[in-house]
Amino acid sequence: MSLLTVNNITKRFDGLVAVDDVSIRVDEGEIVSVIGPNGAGKTTFFNMLTGIYPVTTGEIIFDGKALHNLTPQEIVERGMARTFQNLRLFADMRVIENVLLGFHTKVKYGFLDTLLRTPRYRKEERELHTEAIEILRSIGLESKIDSYATNLPYGDQKRLEIARAIATKARLLLLDEPAAGMNPQESEELLQFIQSLKKRGYTIVLIEHDMSVVMKISDRIYVLDHGRLIAEGTPEQIGKNKAVIDAYLGKEEE
Amino acid sequence: MDMVLQQIINGLTLGIIYALVAVGYSLVFGILRLINFSHGSVYAFGAHISMLFIGFNFGLVPAITASVVITGLLGVFIDKTGLEPLRKKKSKGISALITTIGISYIIQNLLMIVFGSQTKFFPKLFDYGNFTVAGTVVGIRQIVIFAIALLLLAVLTFVVNHTKVGLAMKAIEQNQKAAHLMGINVNSVITFTFFLGGSSAAIAGTLIAGYYQMVYPVMGFMVGLKAFAAAVLGGIGILYGSIIGGLFIGLSETFAATYLGGSYRDAIAFLILIIVLLFKPSGLFGKKTITKV
Amino acid sequence: MRNTLGVFSRVRLFIDSRRAIMLPVAIAVLLVLPLIIQSQYILRIMVMIGVYSVLALSLNLVTGYTGQVSLGHAAFYAIGAYTSALLSTKLGLNFFVTAPLAAVFAGICGLMLGLPTLRLTGSYLSITTMGFCEVVRMVLLNWESLTNGPLGIQKIPKPMFFGTPLNLANRGLYYLMLAMVGITAYCIHAIVRSNTGRALTAIRDDELAATMMGVRAMRHKVLAFVVSAFFSGLAGAFYAHMINYIDPNTFTFDTSIVILSIVIMGGMGTMTGPFLGSVLLISFPEILRFMAEYRFVVYGAILVIMMRFRPQGFLGGQQLTSYRLPKHVVRPVSGREN
Repeated sequence: MSLLTVNNITKRFDGLVAVDDVSIRVDEGEIVSVIGPNGAGKTTFFNMLTGIYPVTTGEIIFDGKALHNLTPQEIVERGMARTFQNLRLFADMRVIENVLLGFHTKVKYGFLDTLLRTPRYRKEERELHTEAIEILRSIGLESKIDSYATNLPYGDQKRLEIARAIATKARLLLLDEPAAGMNPQESEELLQFIQSLKKRGYTIVLIEHDMSVVMKISDRIYVLDHGRLIAEGTPEQIGKNKAVIDAYLGKEEE
Repeated sequence: MDMVLQQIINGLTLGIIYALVAVGYSLVFGILRLINFSHGSVYAFGAHISMLFIGFNFGLVPAITASVVITGLLGVFIDKTGLEPLRKKKSKGISALITTIGISYIIQNLLMIVFGSQTKFFPKLFDYGNFTVAGTVVGIRQIVIFAIALLLLAVLTFVVNHTKVGLAMKAIEQNQKAAHLMGINVNSVITFTFFLGGSSAAIAGTLIAGYYQMVYPVMGFMVGLKAFAAAVLGGIGILYGSIIGGLFIGLSETFAATYLGGSYRDAIAFLILIIVLLFKPSGLFGKKTITKV
Repeated sequence: MRNTLGVFSRVRLFIDSRRAIMLPVAIAVLLVLPLIIQSQYILRIMVMIGVYSVLALSLNLVTGYTGQVSLGHAAFYAIGAYTSALLSTKLGLNFFVTAPLAAVFAGICGLMLGLPTLRLTGSYLSITTMGFCEVVRMVLLNWESLTNGPLGIQKIPKPMFFGTPLNLANRGLYYLMLAMVGITAYCIHAIVRSNTGRALTAIRDDELAATMMGVRAMRHKVLAFVVSAFFSGLAGAFYAHMINYIDPNTFTFDTSIVILSIVIMGGMGTMTGPFLGSVLLISFPEILRFMAEYRFVVYGAILVIMMRFRPQGFLGGQQLTSYRLPKHVVRPVSGREN
């Protein structure tokens, strides 16, 4: 059984159909990319997966349980977390605090523990901090734990967002254009990092425009255009798919 | 029945003045997405300046004109010194709100220091007697005040809807950057908006002062809050909404004072404000905005 | 302004980096001070600084840490004061019973106000809290059978500690104030350092992102609001028994503005900001007595100037020292102070 199954989801905003009858499946440990020209509905699709929008019709099944129309918080608790196309870090919080916030849904101590600073609280805070440092070490940001998120260079900020999503202990990460704004070297480093995540057992769904990244790391690719699924397959298959080429480049004059 | 008619007339007169003040909030909110908390104190300032010039024996119309111009300039001054620097810095919205709160305190308390905090007498305006209609006594001055305020609102509506400046204002409301790129001098239009706000507040302040025959530094606080409630009720940023909102609040307040007792009359406006904000924050005529993720 | 801040930053850094010593020293000084200072006038000012510190600490939790600008906190101050005053004058209960009850009641009011209004954002939230403050004042003024209306409540007894009334002369009131400040600062600090505190600042920085990371924003905003109302109510109760007479005009929107000015000036989102702000804004009017008329012009000017030049306040914004890790957590070797 796939980790994530999306069956025929549609999103209608009054008159506009942003996502039209799209189905995908993602098996555990895969890297699946969702691509398509601008305005194809990719971000709306993500927003439905992460609970920002309710689906108009259709269902989303994660780990055997229905996920569609749950609140974003419930979805994170179930094990899916995302990053954002336009970066949504906690700007005036430190790098380590951003990661610590990722742990929010997994923290076990309660309000009373907080007020009384019980041993249980202290132990768990130690563990959270140690683990946060480990996550930061795995993406190469351990030297910057004190930095305020807003002061980081762009590439580091992108990585921090991924670190924060990892901190939620999600099994499936939804990365919204992680390579946006990166130069070729940074994209290459990102690519390797995402592949290392796969090796560590994460399942990843990507929205991405950078075709070199998409082609190199995806196990499978889905292509959206005008809200509809127009192709799916391996990178090789997609690269040769005429409908995809037409969608991106415009139909050739006959 | 004649009691009800009386209250309606009182309510409408009060309401049209709230509408005039509310329009000031709407204009600034429309163009800057900012609630100009200092508007109430500007209103009080206008009333005091009118009183000052009348006291200098300027004559009614010159005094009011002077007040309108000076208060309009105060509005401009507030924007230039307090708000424009924040826009340049791209500060968070809350900074501007707090700045306008600070400015309202400065103006209000300077009025107290310069003019003294006790209530002062303001001459009765437009006292041309009364006439009786359907068993109700109607003061001619109520009609005159209503007419003047209505005329002013018509002028403001005309400016916003049928002049180049008004078009520029609407363009800036929709998309400031695009308006700028299209050649609109955004800061000039904003300055003009604040001038309009200030001058309309001056007239409103003078009319109320002439109606109740009193002027005091804190007069802007309550009226400011109620006019804000009116603007929110109508849909803040929407001109005709502010007018209808103002009339509604004026009527509600007058009826509440008569049937619930005077001490709670001020509470009605707050009640309406809270209800609107909780159930339909966009107001009667406002539109919901969708935020993109 | 630049140079002053340069020096200022160095002082900040000096103090912040020696926190382990600075705090005990400060506490020691505060404990010993009333034994040295003879003037009851000065002691009274210090007690008022303490009261406003508590008010500022509570407002800071909502405004500085959670980013919700509340303009109505004087309402909770008033509710706490009146509740404690009424319980002690009408039922004869001791301060140490009435004050906690008053604080709890203020907290409940915070819950009732917070639940509907914290759904609003930005200016709408602020104006609604302001409206609430005015409504409370109107109720206190008009519900004469309960509150005695404009006459206020008189002869509120001083706090009785094992039979001794605590007042300025025996320094009892001062130490009671320190206890109150200490409890408030401890609780708020504990919240801020925890998972809850991180959630609050995340909500401040980007509520949507916080939600997407699993934070139940509404719940946290209301929690901050309720805790804040509780401590503001506590301050009110203390004030009532200190001054022995209260009326509705003590707790106006003006008071909310003073508290806000303190928070903004001192430094939003820090634990030390409220103290600095209180010291500056409560002692200055006393020092510059001749400028009494201009007090609110100054408060207004402070708001305008701070927003223009240093909106995070003197001690707010990015801290100059590195993050305080919990004890026994190993800092990564290449971690530098920045």
